[in-house]
Amino acid sequence: MNELIFFFNNVIVGGVALGSIYAVGAIGVTLIFGILRFAHFAHGDMMTMGAFIAFLLMLACQALGISVPFLPTGFLVLPVAMVLTTIIALGLDKGFYAPLRKRGAKPVTMLIASIGVTLIIQGLIRLFFGSGTWSFFESETKQLIRIPVPLEGVTRTINFTQPQVLMVVCTAVAVLALHFFLTRSRLGKAMRAMADNPDLAQVSGINTKVVVRVTWIIAGSLAAMAGTMLALDVQLKPDLAFNIVLPIFAAAIVGGLGQSYGAIAGGFLIGFAETAAIFNWSVLLRPIAGALPFEVPATLAIVPTEYKLTVAFVILVVVLLWRPTGIFKGASS
Amino acid sequence: MALIELKNVIGGYGGAPILNGVNMSIEQSDIGVIVGPNGAGKSTTLKAIFGLLKVTEGSIVFQGEEIQNALPDRLVPKGLSFVPQEKNVFTSMSVEENLEMGAFTRTDDFRPTIEWVYDMFPVLREKRRQPAGELSGGQRQMVAMGRALMSKPSLLLLDEPSAGLSPRYVLEIFEQIVKVNKAGVAILMVEQNARQALAFASRGFVLATGKNRFTGTGPELIADPEVAKSFLGG
Amino acid sequence: MIARRSLTLFAGLFVLFCVIGWALGAANISLLLVQSFAYALIALGLNIQWGYGGLFNFGIMGMLMLGGAATTFISTPIIPGFWGSEGPLLLGRALLAFAFGFLLVWGARKADRVGIRGGWKTALTIVAWAAAYIIYRSQIDVAAAYIEATPDGWIGGLGLHPVLGWLFGGVLAAGAAYIVGKICLGLRTDYLAIATIGISEIIRALLKNMDWLTRGTLTVSPIPWPTPLPQEFQASGTPITDSFIYARLGFLGLVLIVLIVAFFLVQRAYGGPWGRMMRAIRDNYVAAASMGKNITSRQLEVFILGSVLMGIGGAMLVSFGQIYDPGSFQPINHTFLIWVMVIVGGAGNNWGAVFGAMLIYITWMISDPVSQWLFNGISNWSTDLGWGAIPEIQSRASQMRVFVLGVVITIALRYAPRGLIPEVVKREA
Repeated sequence: MNELIFFFNNVIVGGVALGSIYAVGAIGVTLIFGILRFAHFAHGDMMTMGAFIAFLLMLACQALGISVPFLPTGFLVLPVAMVLTTIIALGLDKGFYAPLRKRGAKPVTMLIASIGVTLIIQGLIRLFFGSGTWSFFESETKQLIRIPVPLEGVTRTINFTQPQVLMVVCTAVAVLALHFFLTRSRLGKAMRAMADNPDLAQVSGINTKVVVRVTWIIAGSLAAMAGTMLALDVQLKPDLAFNIVLPIFAAAIVGGLGQSYGAIAGGFLIGFAETAAIFNWSVLLRPIAGALPFEVPATLAIVPTEYKLTVAFVILVVVLLWRPTGIFKGASS
Repeated sequence: MALIELKNVIGGYGGAPILNGVNMSIEQSDIGVIVGPNGAGKSTTLKAIFGLLKVTEGSIVFQGEEIQNALPDRLVPKGLSFVPQEKNVFTSMSVEENLEMGAFTRTDDFRPTIEWVYDMFPVLREKRRQPAGELSGGQRQMVAMGRALMSKPSLLLLDEPSAGLSPRYVLEIFEQIVKVNKAGVAILMVEQNARQALAFASRGFVLATGKNRFTGTGPELIADPEVAKSFLGG
Repeated sequence: MIARRSLTLFAGLFVLFCVIGWALGAANISLLLVQSFAYALIALGLNIQWGYGGLFNFGIMGMLMLGGAATTFISTPIIPGFWGSEGPLLLGRALLAFAFGFLLVWGARKADRVGIRGGWKTALTIVAWAAAYIIYRSQIDVAAAYIEATPDGWIGGLGLHPVLGWLFGGVLAAGAAYIVGKICLGLRTDYLAIATIGISEIIRALLKNMDWLTRGTLTVSPIPWPTPLPQEFQASGTPITDSFIYARLGFLGLVLIVLIVAFFLVQRAYGGPWGRMMRAIRDNYVAAASMGKNITSRQLEVFILGSVLMGIGGAMLVSFGQIYDPGSFQPINHTFLIWVMVIVGGAGNNWGAVFGAMLIYITWMISDPVSQWLFNGISNWSTDLGWGAIPEIQSRASQMRVFVLGVVITIALRYAPRGLIPEVVKREA
């Protein structure tokens, strides 16, 4: 039983936390792909930027002595960080993507432009924050929640941190809000229409510029949320972006680019795959070692810990080759 | 005064013009049919009216107002609607959501219009929750027309509504079009099934090389031996 | 008109190099020249892939790393301790295990020959992959642990001439490109970009963590030069500054020969029937396919050819730097930088690619000192105003080049989307 709890703490809790981050990030990537038809490589940097904005706001709050009991200040400032990131995202679109769109540039050109935006944001973040590591929990403590399991002989507790709980809550709220927006509201339906058939959307009189703007608003605010959540769960550093953008693309592609629900499923799939791949499975085998025909090695992970991020890339490549349209195609449309 | 009037329209996609002087005039009660050989500029004329390609010379006057080169999101509220030939439904969305998209530019309550469309195409009421991509070709065409009617247009532009349909459905679609026209919507359509379409057209236009060759009522054009010989296959 | 424009641009570039050479000294400019010519070779490789073939390769870094690993393996001295130990035997067993695993997977994929089809075949393939992975891991882990426990900690090199290492770099990159191309080239552009970047990250993770092969983060150094080192000049009495210049000029000569040969071949291929066909495929592959051209194998050719140049270029850079540090490879420095070179220079035009490589490399390298100078100025000014100095100017300035690179590429896309020396499109009258 202790071993199962160890498994739960490492794989399930870790996977849910990581999966929430990937899912929220991947929704943005997939929406931008659906509406604007290009792979937005700068998404990871938009997330990092959002996290740094939240970090600055947190410092400001602490300096002003603003705090709420039981809530990490990082979460308190999240809505403001989301708004600010959204404003910057709209600015980036106006400055870099809209002129190319107007010229009728191909998706590839847009992709290269997004690399340019990546470099600019990355350079600016490093210019202001250096390349060191920052933490949201310098002056606050990250609360650990331990739940004892009322069973005989069980000594381990189920462990997770308070930010992890809040992350899952935030993700659930965001996903529900997005669901109602896309299925109930006029603009949300127009977004789906434009992802489905842009020419017909235009012919129907849908104002495509408004839809594009709404897309950036959703993608920008979700990027800020995902980035801040990641920084709260682990730590904040400028090269957060590049480690995160590929797993997020993996999640979006696994779910089928352009499909929001697929992106959520893909995010959790990649999150669980990463935590499960580096988990030491011999822990689970040890109690039944006597019944096994072979000796249980000390460590039995699918891949060594150093290869954690590689898991996402392998899944990505396998899915691209096996089913480039995503593994949920047909189920979600 | 005519509902829409095209005066000597010249335009294209940026290169050499495709339309070399098209003249047309449609009244509110009309069904206008454009026929002609391939590459004559039939579909292009509809696209020019709907702001999807550049008009370099001439004018398009709709309800007394010049509308050439205005974009769809301005034209739809004025009372123009367009049904493209292909990919004319949102395949991943339900029939009812397709209709709602047609009403995107409206701010008033469009429930009655949905009911009006369902009364006109009863089969759509049955399939309202089904994704439009799962419907048959004829039903899709009804969804497409229904979507275009949702903005309560005074002029409906149809690009080859019978394309790809089996002969039985062609007649059915034509009947629906006449029904829509009876409900007070002017029609301007491009049609390959020229003889069948001209039979019920109150205005017929024969285009060739981007210009009007013949203009008259549908039956007049069918009766004209020269039109029959050159454009209707004898 | 383009010929005249490119002449002016190259003349301007020459003046720029002269000015920077005058400012930084001959030793520094010879270093910059060697590196920028190596980058020019790499950019030429990307130009073949993207400019000729329209293939979106975002995995350049992986090819450069393979080239570097190849030259490290070929040219560093032999470690007798390793060859005398059980290491080679264990590695041999790992290699056998790999071959066996390969056969298993291959066999499973051909299972339809014996009547296993559909879902059963898929299941069999997955089982075969898992079995192959376990078998390989069971051998390689033992070998790696053993070798890493030896005093040297890795297998060392073969002690051969570095130029052979460069060639091997090309061969290794070609092999990798064959595999990558075989599995990825059917994908559409943006998917291809993501797939290649994913694969290059996998290559990086492997080379970084296979300590027995590459020493990983411990880095391999010094890696021998194909031409005399500065130290050898110093031994014969040359002053230190001059020794660097002579040694680097020697290396420069070798790099230039490789670049000129590659350029000549690539340029000829472009004008010939093969190049015409490639451009036809790039511009309209449906039409090209309908004329009976075998698109996939042509694209594979172009992908391999470009990767060979990247592998050689990567090997030259590692040789020149004398250190192989898998941790120092970054997508920004080794993939996106090359893309900016080709886009700014002019995709599809070899002169453009070379020009872009040299211009962007020099911009990349001097943005650091220039921004340092700029920041120092601002800092002094703000100190005078009583606002205090800018902290950590040096590390901040070195981050500015990423920003400058981003600004350059966005400006280029906006105002010169076809590059400074664009492809010359010949039209039949």
